[in-house]
Amino acid sequence: MQTEWTIRAISRAMLPVLLVLTLVEIGSGLVLSSFEAELLRSPSLLVLVPVTIGTAGNLGSILAARLSTAFHLGTLSFEPTDDTLLGNAAATVGLAGTVFPLIGLGAWALAALTAGATLSALTVVTVAVASGLILAVLAVAVTFVATYTAYRFELDPDDVVIPVVTNVCDVLGVLVLFGVVVWLV
Amino acid sequence: MTVREVAESAYREAIPALAASAVGGLLAGVVLGGMRAEFRAVPGLLVLVPALLATRGNVYGSLGARLATGLHQGLVSPEIRGADARLYRAVAAAILNGLLASSVAAVAAFSALLALGGDAAPVWMLLAIALLAGLLSGVVLSVTVVAVVFAGYRRGYNPDTLVGPIVTTAGDVFGVAFLLFAVRTVLFAAGVG
Repeated sequence: MQTEWTIRAISRAMLPVLLVLTLVEIGSGLVLSSFEAELLRSPSLLVLVPVTIGTAGNLGSILAARLSTAFHLGTLSFEPTDDTLLGNAAATVGLAGTVFPLIGLGAWALAALTAGATLSALTVVTVAVASGLILAVLAVAVTFVATYTAYRFELDPDDVVIPVVTNVCDVLGVLVLFGVVVWLV
Repeated sequence: MTVREVAESAYREAIPALAASAVGGLLAGVVLGGMRAEFRAVPGLLVLVPALLATRGNVYGSLGARLATGLHQGLVSPEIRGADARLYRAVAAAILNGLLASSVAAVAAFSALLALGGDAAPVWMLLAIALLAGLLSGVVLSVTVVAVVFAGYRRGYNPDTLVGPIVTTAGDVFGVAFLLFAVRTVLFAAGVG
């Protein structure tokens, strides 16, 4: 189950997933470039893009890494009442609730300093928090499904789960952010 | 541990790294916002951005996770000097796979824009930018990941919690910085810039 530490074995385990995810990210890039004009009009939203995507990916990857190690050490069971699963899910939502208000405020302030903010601080913070909480719930769901799938197909979660979770969160980050912007701005 | 204890310990371990990576992400956003001239000069570059930044996260996040698990299992020891050949092979595999994924991203972005009738820079230019940025950020990120995971482990931090945010922070900041460097270098070499 654990991949051997050779270039060939690591590449064989990683490359197929990596290339599929790269193509998915190109799709995400096409979505992003179709909104290029809107992003350039509201600089605070443009600043928000990488940090929202990155933080969503982080929430997923922290969760995935913890579950992956618990899995390797044999302390994880895939029961809906498993303490490790539930505790880590709760922490993920709590982390999003703490970090995203600050991200919204930071994006607004940086945009105001560098390019001039066209949206109010309250609007940008609301967009960040709403996106963050939706993304936290989605990150938990995606991570659980990916870890369980790796377990069922006897893949090493280190090679598969973290890349899948991070990229799905990237794409969801772009989609959720624009959903929230359309809804709130 | 109860659910509450698991949640509290996971939260406490993650919050500093998550906050630090948010700062990195905000900085990357500001740099991207300042690259508008480059985006105009190289149509298709914005399409490439999520794929290139994600490749950094994927490849070096996986390297970090592999090292973390290896440390937990006693497969690698947290030392650079006299390091196991496993460490070098894992790093070489990461850089190689990163370059492969970057080239595929460049060709895919070009093909997708061509198929959709969009404006795209020549494929060799996108490829050159992707490879140069991938190589430079790959070397820097490998060093960063190994150093942070080993130092963190030796000081008693759980490397699992460090890896994701460190890779995303360093990946965003170095990724955007070396992308800017690569675009300017390639444009200069092509006699455009």
